[in-house]
Parts: sequence; structure tokens; C-alpha cells
Amino acid sequence: MSQDPHGHGHHELTFWERYVFSVDHKVIGLQYLITSFCFLLIGFGLMMLMRWQLAFPGTSVPFFGHLFPQDLAPNGVMTGAFYNSLGAMHGTIMIFLGVVPLGVGAYGNYVLPLQIGAPDMAFPRMNMMSYWLYLPGGIMMLSSFLMPGGAAQSGWTSYPPLSIINPGQTIWLLSMVVLITSSLLGAINFLVTTINMRAPGLTWFRLPLFVWAQFVTAILLLFAFPVLEGGALLQLLDRVIQTSFYLPAGLVISGVQMTRGGGGSVLLYQHLFWFLAHPEVYVLILPAMGVVAEIIANNTRKPVFGYKTVVSSIIFLGVLSFVVWAHHMFLSGMKTSLARIFMTTTMIISIPSVAILSCLVFSLWGSSIRFSVPMMFALAFLPLFGIGGLTGLPLGLLPTDIYLHDTYYVIGHFHYVVVTGTLIALMGGIYHWFPKMFGRRMNDFWGKVHFWGTAITMNGIFFPMFIQGLAGVQRRMYDFNAQAHNIGTTVAPAIGKMSLSELQWFCAVGLLIFQIPFLINIFYSLFKGQKTEENPWHATTLEWDCPSPPPHGNFTHDLNVVRGPYEYSVPGAKTDWSPQSEGAR
Amino acid sequence: MSHAATAPTTSTGIPNGKLGMWVFLASEIMLFGALISSYVVLSMGSPNFGRPDTALLGKPLATVNTFVLITSSLTMVMALASIQRNRVKAMLGWLSATSLLGLAFLGIKAFEYHHKISEGITITSSLFGSFYFTLTGLHGVHMLGGLIFNAYIAIKAMRGTYNAEHHERVEYAALYWHFVDLVWVILFPLFYLV
Repeated sequence: MSQDPHGHGHHELTFWERYVFSVDHKVIGLQYLITSFCFLLIGFGLMMLMRWQLAFPGTSVPFFGHLFPQDLAPNGVMTGAFYNSLGAMHGTIMIFLGVVPLGVGAYGNYVLPLQIGAPDMAFPRMNMMSYWLYLPGGIMMLSSFLMPGGAAQSGWTSYPPLSIINPGQTIWLLSMVVLITSSLLGAINFLVTTINMRAPGLTWFRLPLFVWAQFVTAILLLFAFPVLEGGALLQLLDRVIQTSFYLPAGLVISGVQMTRGGGGSVLLYQHLFWFLAHPEVYVLILPAMGVVAEIIANNTRKPVFGYKTVVSSIIFLGVLSFVVWAHHMFLSGMKTSLARIFMTTTMIISIPSVAILSCLVFSLWGSSIRFSVPMMFALAFLPLFGIGGLTGLPLGLLPTDIYLHDTYYVIGHFHYVVVTGTLIALMGGIYHWFPKMFGRRMNDFWGKVHFWGTAITMNGIFFPMFIQGLAGVQRRMYDFNAQAHNIGTTVAPAIGKMSLSELQWFCAVGLLIFQIPFLINIFYSLFKGQKTEENPWHATTLEWDCPSPPPHGNFTHDLNVVRGPYEYSVPGAKTDWSPQSEGAR
Repeated sequence: MSHAATAPTTSTGIPNGKLGMWVFLASEIMLFGALISSYVVLSMGSPNFGRPDTALLGKPLATVNTFVLITSSLTMVMALASIQRNRVKAMLGWLSATSLLGLAFLGIKAFEYHHKISEGITITSSLFGSFYFTLTGLHGVHMLGGLIFNAYIAIKAMRGTYNAEHHERVEYAALYWHFVDLVWVILFPLFYLV
């Protein structure tokens, strides 16, 4: 099983078969990695434009302002409609084209089959198809900027009736359907691979936590995404052939009464959407938790505290994430009795999250920590994700949510979860698995520069959002300085007279600058990095039991898994790591 | 997955393809589940759902159609049973019968659509019409997918790909076909009987 019989004696692969339309999970993983990085940078660029508008409203965007068409940005000053498209596309790109493909598509594809000792995914050709739906779906999404009417303007949530009236939404919906199909194919593949392709002896409770996280993530994608697909289909019909699934009778838009039959409900869409989008939150965070668990176990040189607690918490999170969705809709019009139910489930779901985080923190206790670059990212994840998670509690409680709903506090909360949580962890994952992917290590010094710069500037962007939000600044405002121009001018006297939004702008510029050493480090290390052997981190899990980079078919010897994933510093063992597989080499 | 016959044994003993088909059907249940529950919620809660008079719905024809489809499930079971006994010809016969019944279902459905549109029930006439055409249309698309799958199986069978030991894909096609039938068995009472 570990030795793929048809790994050898293949006909010579052409360039196209090897690098473009490859069915090898490692190549597909790297394709996802590169593509999602490009989308992350694009999404980041959109955010820079928005931050400029928020920091210096009504002024011409430097460098790029005059490149935009006059109707989007007359004299380089962006219009409100353009700002709305940037916001909608930033959210969509970051979530559906950036972070999820990075966490699931890239790491899941590359690492999961290696960690379970499989020669490839269960359905290699279907795996290729997921990537080749993702890329065109992403390009289609981006192309909407060039379409008549511009890109989607109704936020990443695409609420009707706005989304049915606004231009640009049709392409958004079509590309979402393509992207959802891609994710579904991926999810089926991950589930079957994990269930069916494990190496001999690799029982469920010997699976690394990363595999568990990916497994539950795939279940979430499988069950949640079809619901949005249905919701998007109905919205598409509402837009294209004038049905009224989401439109009430007698809706008046700009003084004109709509002529459709009506009878639909705008809340229906919100329910369908959040039924996907709340599990999606865990799709974003679970792979990151898996990455952090791997890095922490490896760099503390001791087993993860409470392995079974973490596994059951991951499963519990997955199950509960399907029954909390309506806490996003407290202010959309909901019975108090119903709100009470969702408040309760929301408070309950915080328990497994806290359990996972606590186990990861307890793992540090009493260990001699190896402060490698991936470990620094993993350590930063713990408090920063903690802030993201804890600031979510007031949003899950109806009384406080009434005040905080749709303010910058919400934006701060989920950016702490997704950016300083997930993205920090996934960046650490690059440093951790880079030696496996390319057989070379990344530079430590520039890794540390990247880490400190990134961690500090990210906080500089997102922490002020809590202050702004508590002061009542609304999200999605084109010119929020009408509300908030003076917030922060006295808060931060040490750095001179500066509003918080100006501080955020400078931090965003800093964040961009600190990604430069990261990118240079990747490209430099690809060719000139220090060469490594199979297992440079002295890790236990199976992915370190094959050559770096792994050949086609992955493992060059038979695997025989005899122990759990994190057997570090076992008393009496020859080394301070005991690999999962023992047997003939 | 092209080497299903020589594929190494899996951790669970279930072939990858079969597991994959079940997992895929689970996601399909969520897709239809979302749309069907939207239909149920709005039909109970909407102030103007626009449900037409039952006489206009053509209940007898839809009942006949339901029987056609359930029969096709039976013939599909026979097709699988035949190949399990290594009777390729019989399997091809039952598979063709399944596909013909499927086509008959779609034909009757097309006639029903025509009838409904002439009665003034269209996809935009009322919420009921919108749901009716969307859900039955989506079901019809799934039927088409099943017919294509069956045709693929039939071509492979004629080339002698399947025998008593090796016929996994016939089973996958059967699983899918039964699922699509089952969706109709839920849609039929929802649209015509409730």
C-alpha cells in the first residue's frame, strides 16, 4: 500500500502532464499554494485601496488612482460604488480564493496523504479537476471587475434584495457555483482518502491532529456548501429570470414598485447563506489549528497535551457548527425565543474551541521550547486567536450584539480569527513544511524579520477596529470619517497627531513591506537554501518518513505504523523522537 | 481509479469509488434538502405563495410517472443482480429498460411542463411555480446525468469490461439512480399531494 505499484514503469511524463495537468497530489498542492498566494496578494491589494480611502477620504489614491476608469475613480478619488465592490471582492477573494484554498487545497493536498502514508489521494484525476475548477472560478470572479456594471457590490454575504438589484452580482454567483463544485470534489476526495487510504497500523486515534482537522473540515465543506449552492441557484434565478424567491410582494426600489409576483423572503437567503458560512468559519480555522498542533508538538519535543480531548473537541466543533448559524442574524428580525436557542448553542460551541486552545497552551508547560521560525508563528497564533475567539463572545449574546452588530468591532473580531489566527498559522506551516516540499530550508533570520514585522503590523491594523467599533463606527461605510475622524487623535499622542485609521493605513503598508522578505526568502531558498535530509525537524509523523521532496508514489519503503503521532522524548528511546512507522527501510 | 481491479485493498475494505459515491450522495441530500426545506418554509409562511387549484396540477399523470420511475429502480436492481451472476446480456437488457423508463419519465415530465405552462403556471407566475420548475428541473438534470452514467456503463459492458467479480461501477450507477428516484419520491407528495 505504501509502495505504489504503478509508481514506476510509467511512460515519461510530458511537461504538461508533470506540472500543469498533473494528478500527483503534491503538484496539485503546490499549484494551490502558488495560486492562493496570488489571490491573497490581490485581496490584500484591494484592502490597501480601501484603507487609503478610510484614512484619507476624498483624496486621490497614490500611484494607482489615475489608472482606474473615470467612472470608478474620477480624478483618482474612488466612488462609493467602487468602494463597495472592493469590499465585496476583498471578502470573497480572501475567504473563497485565498485562505480556504491555502489551508485545505494546498496543505491538505500536500500533507494529508503523506501524513496517512498514502501514495496519493483516492481520486487523483478528480483532485486535478478540483484545482482546474478553482482557478477558472477565481479568474471568473476577478474578471467581474471588467464586466459592464463592475464587480459585485453587495458584500461577501450577497444579501438580497440589494444583491438582486445591484449590477455585477451574476458573475459573482456563477463563479461561486464553480468554486463550490471545486470544493465539493475536494471534500469527497479528502474524506475517502482519510477513511480508506491509511497506512497499515494507522488507526483513527493514531492520526495526527492535522489529519483530524482536515477530515472534519472536509465534512463541513461537504454538508454546508451544497446549501449555499442551492441558495445561490435561487438567487441566480431571481436575478436572471425574475423569479421572487427572496423578494417580498410590493417591494419599492428608488420609488418604483416592482412588478414581480413577490411572496419570497429575504430572510430565507440569510438562513441558507449562514448555514454555509458559519461552518465556513471552522473550515477557515480548523486546518490552522491542525498546523499549529503539528508545529507545537514538534518544537516542544513532547506529546500534545490531551490528544483525545483535542480530537473530540474538533469533532464536537464540527457537529455544533451546524446549529449556531442564526447568531449572525439576531438583528435581521428573529423571535427572542429563537435567539435564545442560538445564543445557547453559540456559548456551548466556545467550549471545544477553548478546550483545543487550552490543550495547545498546556503542551508548552514544562517543555524546552525550540524557538524555530515555525514555532514563533505557532506561538503567536495562541494569544492572537484567543483574542479573536474571546471577542466573539459578546457578538454571540443578543444583548451585546444589538450594540456591536455591523460595527468595526465585528470586523476586528473575525480578522483576528482569520488573519492573526489562520493566516499566521498557515505562514508558519510554510516554514515547517518547506523542507519537505523542496528539500531545502528557508532562511531563519529573514523568517524572524517576517514574523515580527507581520505580527506587529497585523495587530496595528486590527486592534484599532475594536476601539472604532466600540465607539460605534459602522462597517461598510465609504467615508466613515464623518463618524470617526477624531477617534484616536488623543488616544495615541506618543506617535503624534494621528487618527486610528491613519495608523491602520501605515500598518497596512508595513504589512505589505514585511511580506517582501517572505517572498524573497521563498524564492531564494527554493534554489539556494540550505539542503536538508528527510527529517530536519526530527519529527515523528509519517510525512517525515519519505524523501524530501517525496517522489511520485511518496514512500520508498513499506510503512508499519506502531504508535501514536506525537511520541517525543519517550523514556528509554534512543532518540527524543520515536517515528510512527517502524520496519524495514 | 482506472485500475480499480488491481487497486490495493483499502483500510475499510470498501472500494474507494463506492465510498466516494456515498459521500457524494450525502452532499446531494444537502442540496435537495436546502431547496426542499425552503419550499416547505415558504409554502407555510409566505403571504402569497400562489398554490394553484389541485385540479390544475395533473395528479393522475404525475402518479403514473412516479410508478414509471419506481419501476426503473426495480429494473436497475435486476441489472445489478444479472451482472453479479455474470449474465452480461441480461444486464444490458435491464439497463436499457431502466434508461427507457427514465426517458419515459422525462417525456411525461415534458408533457406536464407544457400542460402547466398552458394553464398559466410558469416559473415566474407564482412562488409555487418557481419552486415547482426549479426543483423538478434540477431533478430532471440529475435524471439526465443518470442516463449518461447508464449509457457509459452500457458501452463498457458491451466491450466486456464487467463480470461477476468486477462490476463496481455498475453498482455506483445503481446507487446514483436509486438516489435520484428517491428524490422524486419526496418531491411527488410535496408538490401533488400535500
